[in-house]
Amino acid sequence: MSKINLLRPDKNNLNTFLYLGSFLFFISVLDVFLNSFFNLNLTGFLPGFLSFLLPLILGFIGLYFIRIEFSGIKQLDLLNKHINTNNFNAVLSLLIIFVIIKSLPPILSWFVIDASFAGDTKDVCTGSGACWTYIKVWMRRFMYGMYPNAEQWRINLSFIALVLMGSVGYFATDRFKKYLTLYYVVIYPLIAFLFIFFFISGGPVFFDFSYGIIAAILSIIVGFFIPAKYKFYYFLIVPLALYITLKYFIFFEEYVELGKLDGLNWVETGAWGGLSLTFIISFFCLIFCFPIGMAFALGRRSNFPLIRYISVGFIEFWRGVPLITVLFMSAVMFPMFLPEDFFIDKLVRAIIAISLFEAAYVAEVIRGGLQALPRGQYEAAKSLGMGYWKMHIFVILPQALKLVIPGIANTFLALVKDTPLIFVVGLLEIVGMLNLAKTNPKWLGFAMEGYVFAAIIFWIICYAMSKYSYNLEQKYKTDR
Amino acid sequence: MNFKLKDIVPQLITVTAVVLVFGFFTYNAQINMENRGIDFGYGFLSQESSFDVQFSLIEYDGSHSYFRAYLVGLLNTILVSVIGIIIATILGVIVGVARLSPNYLINKFAAFYVEFFRNIPLLLQIFFWYFAALRALPLPQDAEAIFGVFFLTIKGLYVPAFIWQNFSVFFYSIVAAIIAIIVIRIHAKRVQENQGKQIPVFLISIGLIFILPLLSFLIGGVGISFEVPVLKQLATTSFIYEGGVSLPPELIALTLSLSLYTATFIAECVRAGIQGVGKGQKEAAASIGLTPNQVLKLVIMPQALRIIIPPTTNQYLNLTKNSSLAAAIAYPDLVLVFAGTALMQTGKAIEIVSITMFTYLTLSISISLLMNWYNKKIAIQEK
Repeated sequence: MSKINLLRPDKNNLNTFLYLGSFLFFISVLDVFLNSFFNLNLTGFLPGFLSFLLPLILGFIGLYFIRIEFSGIKQLDLLNKHINTNNFNAVLSLLIIFVIIKSLPPILSWFVIDASFAGDTKDVCTGSGACWTYIKVWMRRFMYGMYPNAEQWRINLSFIALVLMGSVGYFATDRFKKYLTLYYVVIYPLIAFLFIFFFISGGPVFFDFSYGIIAAILSIIVGFFIPAKYKFYYFLIVPLALYITLKYFIFFEEYVELGKLDGLNWVETGAWGGLSLTFIISFFCLIFCFPIGMAFALGRRSNFPLIRYISVGFIEFWRGVPLITVLFMSAVMFPMFLPEDFFIDKLVRAIIAISLFEAAYVAEVIRGGLQALPRGQYEAAKSLGMGYWKMHIFVILPQALKLVIPGIANTFLALVKDTPLIFVVGLLEIVGMLNLAKTNPKWLGFAMEGYVFAAIIFWIICYAMSKYSYNLEQKYKTDR
Repeated sequence: MNFKLKDIVPQLITVTAVVLVFGFFTYNAQINMENRGIDFGYGFLSQESSFDVQFSLIEYDGSHSYFRAYLVGLLNTILVSVIGIIIATILGVIVGVARLSPNYLINKFAAFYVEFFRNIPLLLQIFFWYFAALRALPLPQDAEAIFGVFFLTIKGLYVPAFIWQNFSVFFYSIVAAIIAIIVIRIHAKRVQENQGKQIPVFLISIGLIFILPLLSFLIGGVGISFEVPVLKQLATTSFIYEGGVSLPPELIALTLSLSLYTATFIAECVRAGIQGVGKGQKEAAASIGLTPNQVLKLVIMPQALRIIIPPTTNQYLNLTKNSSLAAAIAYPDLVLVFAGTALMQTGKAIEIVSITMFTYLTLSISISLLMNWYNKKIAIQEK
């Protein structure tokens, strides 16, 4: 056994330093642990300041002692490498360990131990912990807003059906894979729209709006079979004509009632709310903002100066203003721009506003993908004699969109996080419902529980989405 | 002249469509305004506003004009943005660097922070801080003093006020120090490029920024004293702090949530920037004999900054735009004061919303122009 220099831990006295160091470290953690979990103050006899810092000092000395390089013990080397590389890191590690130990008991007791779950009145919430009863009682409102309780199966059914139909892509065999794009871009949104239109709304709210959508989607489907020569003229005339036909010749005002399924009550959009509204808005805005954004991304890279300027102006305008002013505009300014007898539902107005806003961001993301493609792709496509649309649809866009999937996912994430802003137009999704419930005289004083609940829900949704987009990014990175 | 119909037609159609849509809107707006008896014009800006704003940086009350109210809102927006940007930058850089730490605990802690705050809607965070967390603070009479001078209560944060004598001298001394630092920096760069000598610019800068203001205290006759807030009883149960500066809880909640939220994005930018500098750069710099400090200062940072600054500026812009969420908790920012109260009083929807949007647009476009210029300046010049 060689001479021990306490200031210089070395390998020769490995065991001594190891035992001494671990002991000190253990004591320091134990002190904090007892202090926080059992409210015991081991070092209470020391003067206040010293008693407060003692665990830190002890732990620091302990970590200093066990910081022996190449000790030969695998676990010790790993520990040193990960949390104990130098004095500074040791102190930070200790602080983090202490903070975690210190913060666990209050969090646990608030969330679980002292919280009340039972009952359905405010009286059961007497403990110092959270009152989850409040969430339980208000759950339907937080999920469905003011939607009548008896009709909520319609929302559930629609969402379940849409999720099932959305997962078709996973089970498609190779034979059907080539139709998937058509399915997801055209047919699926149409089905989703009809579901929300017939089932969730069950009334004439969306009719005017729906003519346009049906016309657009139908004409796109038929457009696939139109010879390339006439496509331009086809898209110039047919969608508009179809819209007018639908609106003025097929579904007369008197027949609007036909749009309703028998036995379904009409639920106004003002009554929609809660988390389901978040989903509906996110879903629609995603469907709309994607094609608009794509159009403006192409417009910004167009060779025609006028189209380019208009696109740049559009994109920079929406990117330059906050969403809340856009919603303000849709609420107070937009009705001034419409003919007096022309009324657009406020949910539709909000969806249009958010879609246009997000479309500008989507356009910038897609432009990034278009710019990242090598020139050779454009030149190769042109040299094969492809025109502008053929080149973009078959060569450029498939590659560019693949590149920007993570960016699109991030934009969509931002969109989901922006949906609470619709309180500006008077729609209440989950955060708005929380603010409403908070002011209910029977349930005053539970703001914290509500916000924590909503935060957890949003966090799960957003975290899952960001992880999914990250995985996609990794997948496509290796593809290229 | 190569005149092709195919080039002209799409442009013509687009322009016609845009013009038609705008024309339709303007026509309807005109008819609507005529029907409701509203006249279009910005004359109302000079009228008396006759509403009060709770928190204002400049002197303002109901007798001032609407334009003054606009200024109050704009200044409040700028105030919250500037404070938020400063805190978010400091926090973001720390967390971003911590994300790259070899220390497992620090690394995970930073990652937890980023993942946690990034995935919760900002509005929800603002509501949480304002309606849940800050409401749990003590009443003024129960508040404990922090360092004896700060009081954090349910009615806001009370901090001591500075009372200056000869403030202008102090101000000029700081301006002089900044100018001197810039001159020295330029000189040092020239010396380094010509002779390869390094001048300790950082130390000199620190010295200057401390010594010149200090001199202003000693020679220029600048004096400073503090006015500490004092508890005062209004009624039996109503207390208030007098003196000092009071920061309303809306401001605190807003800055807190804005900076905590934006810091996560800045942290990711910083991390990406530092990771984006090739490992070879560091090794090459070390192998030609630069010290670790020099490696960081002369090789890593200039390259990392080039990657970090553009997305970070974007985040600053986002923060400024997000500060408009203030309207949700009644912090009197531009949107609340102008697009809220003023709009309700005058009913001039088109004028007011357009002014508000134009203000944000000007702010955004000027910052992005500045960023483009900076980008061009620091881009790698390939020879």
